[in-house]
Amino acid sequence: MLTFLLRRSGVMLATAICLSFVVFFLTNLQPNLEKLAKTEGNNRMTDEQVVSWLSRNGFERPLVVRFGEWIGVVPGWTYEGEDGRIDGRCLRTAADRDTPPRYCGILQGQLGFSSVFSEPVSKIVWEKLSLTGFLMFWVMIVMVPAALIIGVLAGMREGSRTDRSLSSVSILSTATPEYVSGVVFIALFSSKAFGLQWFKGSATKAMTEPNFENFTLPVATMAIYGMGYIARMTRASMAEVMTAQYIRTARLKGLSFSGIVLKHALRNALIAPFTVIMLQFPWLLTGVVIVETLFNYKGFGWTLVEAAGNNDINLLLACSIVAVLVVLITQLISDIGYVFLNPRIRVS
Amino acid sequence: MEPLSWIDIIGRMAVQFVPVWIGLALIFGVSIATKSRTGLYGQLFNSTVGMIGFGLVMFWVLTAFLADMIITHDPLSQLIGMKNEPPGTPVPDVEGDYYLLGGDNLARDVFSRLVMGSRRVLTIAPLATLFAFMVGITLGLPAGYFGKRLDTGLSFLSNLVLAFPVILLFYLLVTPEIRETGIPVIMAGVLFLFPIIFFVMLWYSRYHTQPNTRNLLIGTTLVLGFWAYSGLVFNADPLGVFGMEPNLLNVFVSVVFVNSPTVFRIVRGLTLDIGTRDYVAAAQTRGEKPWYIMLWEILPNARGPLIVDFCLRIGYTTILLGTLGFFGLGVSPESPDWGSTINEGRRFLRAYPHPAMAPALALMSLVLGLNLLADGLREESMKT
Repeated sequence: MLTFLLRRSGVMLATAICLSFVVFFLTNLQPNLEKLAKTEGNNRMTDEQVVSWLSRNGFERPLVVRFGEWIGVVPGWTYEGEDGRIDGRCLRTAADRDTPPRYCGILQGQLGFSSVFSEPVSKIVWEKLSLTGFLMFWVMIVMVPAALIIGVLAGMREGSRTDRSLSSVSILSTATPEYVSGVVFIALFSSKAFGLQWFKGSATKAMTEPNFENFTLPVATMAIYGMGYIARMTRASMAEVMTAQYIRTARLKGLSFSGIVLKHALRNALIAPFTVIMLQFPWLLTGVVIVETLFNYKGFGWTLVEAAGNNDINLLLACSIVAVLVVLITQLISDIGYVFLNPRIRVS
Repeated sequence: MEPLSWIDIIGRMAVQFVPVWIGLALIFGVSIATKSRTGLYGQLFNSTVGMIGFGLVMFWVLTAFLADMIITHDPLSQLIGMKNEPPGTPVPDVEGDYYLLGGDNLARDVFSRLVMGSRRVLTIAPLATLFAFMVGITLGLPAGYFGKRLDTGLSFLSNLVLAFPVILLFYLLVTPEIRETGIPVIMAGVLFLFPIIFFVMLWYSRYHTQPNTRNLLIGTTLVLGFWAYSGLVFNADPLGVFGMEPNLLNVFVSVVFVNSPTVFRIVRGLTLDIGTRDYVAAAQTRGEKPWYIMLWEILPNARGPLIVDFCLRIGYTTILLGTLGFFGLGVSPESPDWGSTINEGRRFLRAYPHPAMAPALALMSLVLGLNLLADGLREESMKT
């Protein structure tokens, strides 16, 4: 188990480094830097001005060196202007401007400075992540039990009328991406045209004071798309378990149907959905971005869109690292959890 | 003139779709009549779910083909006084002319844009999925068959792409700036080579003992392949048959790139499973070459799950394309495709829901059709 964990962690680290380099490369392409210079400086810069802006902000160094700076294994850039004004990567986030540290990358816990929000990236990311975490928490609370109940009820008696109708519901929900259900929900429940103004179509207020009125639609929108998939996996797994030998034995010894389902089938049937639910997390990220944009809930996804739209390199890199880590960690948890839930599987 | 009631609107739309109804009736009639002789396709008509799915998909396919006959107005023209008008509003000064699903924020006809949009969605999504399958199959077969280093390397690469949040990748890849660097062209250059490699290997492994047939097939593949390649990748087709706007190429490449690792994984898994069968061992004993075994023994036997996944994946790709449109990435604002129309409509959603609702429901019905079709195919292929 320990070697398995070590090997997985090694692969995870390699993946994280590779991916952050790819993001770094893509955000630091020359046209992107020029665009950044023009949005930060002014729009009518000449080419020479762009070049001088880039060199004043440490962008003229080779890509690999800058990546090293960002990781924290290469000393941060410094720049001394003709007027004697000193600027530098580490100076901008340093607590004490007179004695800035030499290194300031991720390893030192520094994620740099966001150009859109004019705040240290680490502060923004934590704030936004907690907002999104709250949203995700409620999505999970709604989605997972609903999906499991639908799946178990449908898979309990395969081919029955309950199964057919519940399966149709779950197929319909997998065919409804967030931007469709969100648009339909807003139109139905918060527009004047249909007159049912039950909920708020914007969740901006939910960031400070979430309540039933302004938080229902974003949560429902996100839960619906993921729910169908988990429900179908649960149904397949439940249907398979119900044909197993020990279920037949239990039935033959005269156990009631509900007893069989609750005592014997359920535990084994829930192994597969567990993995699916864990692997659902990374998938939810796209949903988070869509829902937060649609409902104007300023969380992690919304920040990602802002960062990408304005080519805020530091913020975008931090967001991608967080996203990649979430993906990798959930993969690891699902592997480990699978082993614990299913003693037949050995890792070595 | 009075605005139309909802019953009138639905009736008039049904009339506009008459060519589609005729087409559907023909397809269903012929298919059901010959269903005992057309294999898996025919069996589809034994299952209600499969038929509903097939019907929905064919409805949109026919709509895309016959879009010119169905639309009531030009999808780009703007009529004065029709801005954000509700469904069924009569066009001023023209007798018997209506905006069936209302007007959008630029006073264009929502219905016609919806119909024209289907064309765009239904060309990109299946094509991109097909390319992703070519890439996934060409890499997945050897990874599963040879294993070892090749498998480790390719699996690591595919996990790398899979760990990348899709939406972030789109934001990084589908920007106007990235086109200046030529990265999409390089990616297209690599990804579009795979179909050519696939077909060359396919013919080579099968006919390497019959040089005449082999040369003919490989020659045709190479000529056609590189002709299309020059047009699609470099937009330099000498005859101008193949070609893609740089915008579209960017979207296309990104979607293929995102989809192919998943296909790779599925194909690799299937190859690992089928590779242990007796008929593969028999072929190996016969002294067949690895590529013959992979392409002519393993691949045909993996077709069931692959066809099912193909249907599901077209649906997923449709959703992805919608996502791209929703964020306004990579498509021109004039384009009537569904994702961008939803994106345009969502700004005024609370006051005027109809311009966004129509494409949203259309997209949902198409994806639903594809999912049901996949379900029907899976059920029917398991019965035999």
